Amino acid sequence: MARGSGDAVAPAIASRGPLSRSEVALLGCAGLLAFFGLWALASLSGLTSRQFLPPPWTVAAKFVELTYEPFSGYTLQQHLLSSFARFGMGFALAALVGVPLGLLLGWFRWLDAIFSPLFDALRFVAPIAWVPFAALWFGTGIGGPVLIIFTGAFPPCVINAHRGARYVDRRLVEAAQTLGARNWRIISEVLLPASVPSIVAGLRVSAGLGWQSLVGAELIVASSGIGYVLVKGQASISTSIVMSGMIAIGLVGFAIDVLLRRLEARLQRGRTHD
Amino acid sequence: MSGERLRPSRLAVGGVTFVAVILLWYVATSAAQIIPGVYFPTPAEALQALRQISFVGYADGLLYQHFFHSCWLVLLGFAVAVGIGVPLGMLMGWSRRAEAAINPVFLLLRPIPPLAWIPLAIVWLGLGDAAKVLVIWFAAFVPAVINSYAGVRSIEPYLIEAARSLGVRRLQLVREVLVPGALPLIFTGLRLSLQACWTTLVAGELIGAILGLGHVLYQAGLDIFPAMIVVGMVSVAIAGGLMTAALGWLEVRAMPWHPR
Repeated sequence: MARGSGDAVAPAIASRGPLSRSEVALLGCAGLLAFFGLWALASLSGLTSRQFLPPPWTVAAKFVELTYEPFSGYTLQQHLLSSFARFGMGFALAALVGVPLGLLLGWFRWLDAIFSPLFDALRFVAPIAWVPFAALWFGTGIGGPVLIIFTGAFPPCVINAHRGARYVDRRLVEAAQTLGARNWRIISEVLLPASVPSIVAGLRVSAGLGWQSLVGAELIVASSGIGYVLVKGQASISTSIVMSGMIAIGLVGFAIDVLLRRLEARLQRGRTHD
Repeated sequence: MSGERLRPSRLAVGGVTFVAVILLWYVATSAAQIIPGVYFPTPAEALQALRQISFVGYADGLLYQHFFHSCWLVLLGFAVAVGIGVPLGMLMGWSRRAEAAINPVFLLLRPIPPLAWIPLAIVWLGLGDAAKVLVIWFAAFVPAVINSYAGVRSIEPYLIEAARSLGVRRLQLVREVLVPGALPLIFTGLRLSLQACWTTLVAGELIGAILGLGHVLYQAGLDIFPAMIVVGMVSVAIAGGLMTAALGWLEVRAMPWHPR
């Protein structure tokens, strides 16, 4: 960054101008190399025990091993599958309750006035704080974790559907009303289609929060699933197992995000073609 | 919702809603006893639990001790995360080279939710406060970096060019152009950070702690003490709400020029 020399304007542009593709790749590789290099160095230097900070390749080997060697009863894939089932249930429930509720709140002002203060107050309770009640009401098997995922994923569904319905072009609503549409038809045939982009954006946020809540729920109450792998790894002070679990969580979270992003892009494209 | 100013009539309806909910709560648990006491406490029980934790103590501490302990940990983790994350994000926004070098590492770490760091933090640092601060730091760090980065990128290039043609030095440019220009998005990031901090703290304290609101929840869950669970949850909500309000106040003070 040679920003001290030359005339006043050119350096500003130069430092913000795009880099070439190879430069980006090179710098990116350097960054990654520095990250993994420092990690390996810290691990091999003997400053910490190998058990506390294994080098990257040990973690990678452990990750592969966990996919065929059962750990606390199941392989990594089976743990992930049981986590994913819980996530799917909690997320579906949040979407099925949250989106219609958001649309209703967006249409009926009186409903909005009644529920919004409640909703805003409840939102300050962190989803994880529901853990004791979730365990008390629904047990620690499926029901408890599903409730926690639900509380994590619910708010963005409601908020985005609400916002989508609120900012629908008034002319569309008025046109429908002129044609004699009642509340129910306006909600299902005007508000819902018009707020799809906002709803899908909300679903993406809510999937991320739901996945994160799932991890929290499983860390605290579950007896299977990916969060449980972390707990077991922690109990046996095996950093490589804990890190493998974290990688798996990251991968699934990333996959969920990519899928919903695709969906979002496709819907956006479909709309512009109309 | 937020941003929109509450009209008095709305406020009144909100107040009526809360009164109605408390009434409903009383009817469902005390008067008609539709919900059995094992699952949800009566209002009287909740008040009793509040009195107990405020004056006698519960889970090894009084309410204010738990409350301030949790707030202190969040503040500590949050402050460190903001102190490192905002400059790093701004650097990434300013320099394409820094962005190219740091971004891949960041993309690698970002999909891992903060809560998943808790076991690792416990392995490394034990069940004490240090592990919690580490995880809170991480939770707050990611949104702080991303939004500071986006904040710098959102500044119109001509503003920077104009400042430069007026001959400002680098430090002055940062103070007078980059920071104010990026501030709205930085504050968005800080709000997200704060929320993530609270979630993470509660999870960390539920997993293992000696003091704090999450510890109250954990103990109450263990003792099957629904009234204390309610007290714990309300305390968490109030603590989070107060901090969010404080941040909002700071936001208004920091950006007097920014329309609300």
